Amino acid sequence: MSKPIHFITKNFDKYDVSSIGSYMNIGGFEALKKAVTMDGEDIAATIAEAKVKGRGGAAYDMGRKWSQARAVIGEKKVVICNADEGEPCTFKDRELITKDPFNLIESMIIAGYTVKAQDGYIYMREEYSHLRPLLLNAIRQAKSYGFLGTNILGKGFDFNIHLYSGAGAYVCGEGTALIRSIEGKAGRPRMKPPFMKQSGLFALPTCVNNVESLSIVPHLLLDDKKEYQNYGSGESIGTKLISVGGNVNTPGVFEIPFGTTVREIIYNYAGGIKEDRAIRLIQFGGASGKVANADLLDIPYTYDDLQKAGVIVGSGAILVIDERTSVIDFLRATQAFFSHESCGQCVPCREGNRHIKLFLEKLAAGTATQDDINAMKKIAKIMAMSSLCGLGETAQNALVSAMKVFPESFAIGGAK
Amino acid sequence: MLTAQKQDYALTQELAAKIDLVLASHDYDQTQIVGVLLDVQGLIEQHYIPETIAYYVAEKLDVKISNIYDCITFYSSLSESPRAKYPIQICNSIVCQVNDNQSIFSTFKELLGIDIDEVTYDGRFTLESVPCFGACDQAPAVRINGNVYGHLDSHEKIEELLNKLL
Repeated sequence: MSKPIHFITKNFDKYDVSSIGSYMNIGGFEALKKAVTMDGEDIAATIAEAKVKGRGGAAYDMGRKWSQARAVIGEKKVVICNADEGEPCTFKDRELITKDPFNLIESMIIAGYTVKAQDGYIYMREEYSHLRPLLLNAIRQAKSYGFLGTNILGKGFDFNIHLYSGAGAYVCGEGTALIRSIEGKAGRPRMKPPFMKQSGLFALPTCVNNVESLSIVPHLLLDDKKEYQNYGSGESIGTKLISVGGNVNTPGVFEIPFGTTVREIIYNYAGGIKEDRAIRLIQFGGASGKVANADLLDIPYTYDDLQKAGVIVGSGAILVIDERTSVIDFLRATQAFFSHESCGQCVPCREGNRHIKLFLEKLAAGTATQDDINAMKKIAKIMAMSSLCGLGETAQNALVSAMKVFPESFAIGGAK
Repeated sequence: MLTAQKQDYALTQELAAKIDLVLASHDYDQTQIVGVLLDVQGLIEQHYIPETIAYYVAEKLDVKISNIYDCITFYSSLSESPRAKYPIQICNSIVCQVNDNQSIFSTFKELLGIDIDEVTYDGRFTLESVPCFGACDQAPAVRINGNVYGHLDSHEKIEELLNKLL
């Protein structure tokens, strides 16, 4: 394995995460000090130049997002940090919050300055409630040092950060559900438009970013030598945090340069498969991601290459499953997740998940017919086309991709 | 299944005072209902929100009771029925499944003599099957009152964990 890279993770284990002084000793808040001397448009351009894409899963061009959010006219605006990391096998944001909470606070202030927002909200999943004291402390200290509040760094810029907790609903990672949850309601998604950038939280223009996307910003602003751009190529520049889990020897979060092969990720970073078993399947991007077989091991991990191979970067999760688990059993587990997490509001998602679950049970029991397989395909397509939100649209990614990669598992009377 | 009395949960002065502190820490902010309810649920030994308490919070926050129940019934971390002093949340995500979480289920069931969603006779333990809580690097894992216990890959480790709670 090549030398470990620490760009996004450069502050990990370098300071006392409960102390702002300790953070400042390693250069904390220097990026903010630099940012407030810059025009917001230039900050957005710096991000765009590094081609950072949203790292919650949607991979939207982040520089463009900030630039658009900045251009929206509104007396009050908000920025939101989406820390509702709920895709199974995804835990990179947990690491970022645990090991570098002040950097997240700093990047949110920079986001606020850039898009001209007055309030920032961190929406963190309830499952990470043990990290609340850490973030609350970081917010409090930042406030007492004048990095939050009014007239920040004497630039006449006001900004505050509020920490909100989720309560065990995966769907709240979806933008419109998330804002409803912060508004004190049940987190049921709504139709778009209106789009968040025009009318989001409290009907204000809202810019939502993932923890990792935000965490890159302070490092980018201080990256005078453009070290970040040495990594990767094409549309995938820089480094990425990935979380690898499943049947690997050393599951964990790793910072990799874009372009690292999947083989290197699994066999070097994650220590290979337990007891050297063969790989049954690899799922990329969480439960809503797509699956591949071991043929893809030599593909470089980039947005383009993964897409060509039929999978996605998504949440950055890589789930490796060995030969002991069948494709259908894997799908049943994924399906159980979506059946549980569908909010039940729109028919395609609620009923689609329910019926696909039944078809998978029949497949596992060996009683499925070709009509069942065809119906399952059709329902999956309808869900992707007509669900209200991203949950229903992507819930069948695993199934549809598995049908392509593992046709034998869906053969009637064939192998499971 | 053993269930505590739901309607008659006593709102003592002491509890009311604690709830008031929770509300104050959330600035009596109506948008913070979910956070308030999570904190209030943490005050109740059996980790749920009794009806009397739900009404008390609604009144104090000046929101409709339907709004409170919309949240309690929507979010799976909130419960309207009694759970236990130690709700043992066993991760049933695919990541824990391929790391043999079935042994965790069977060992806890055997040691406690209860099934999923049942409560032990003394109200101390319940078993819950939950989706991924982001501890995949420690799979198979359980979560009890916010604490994650990972790498539970042997009978001994599970028994040790239970003894620690007793």
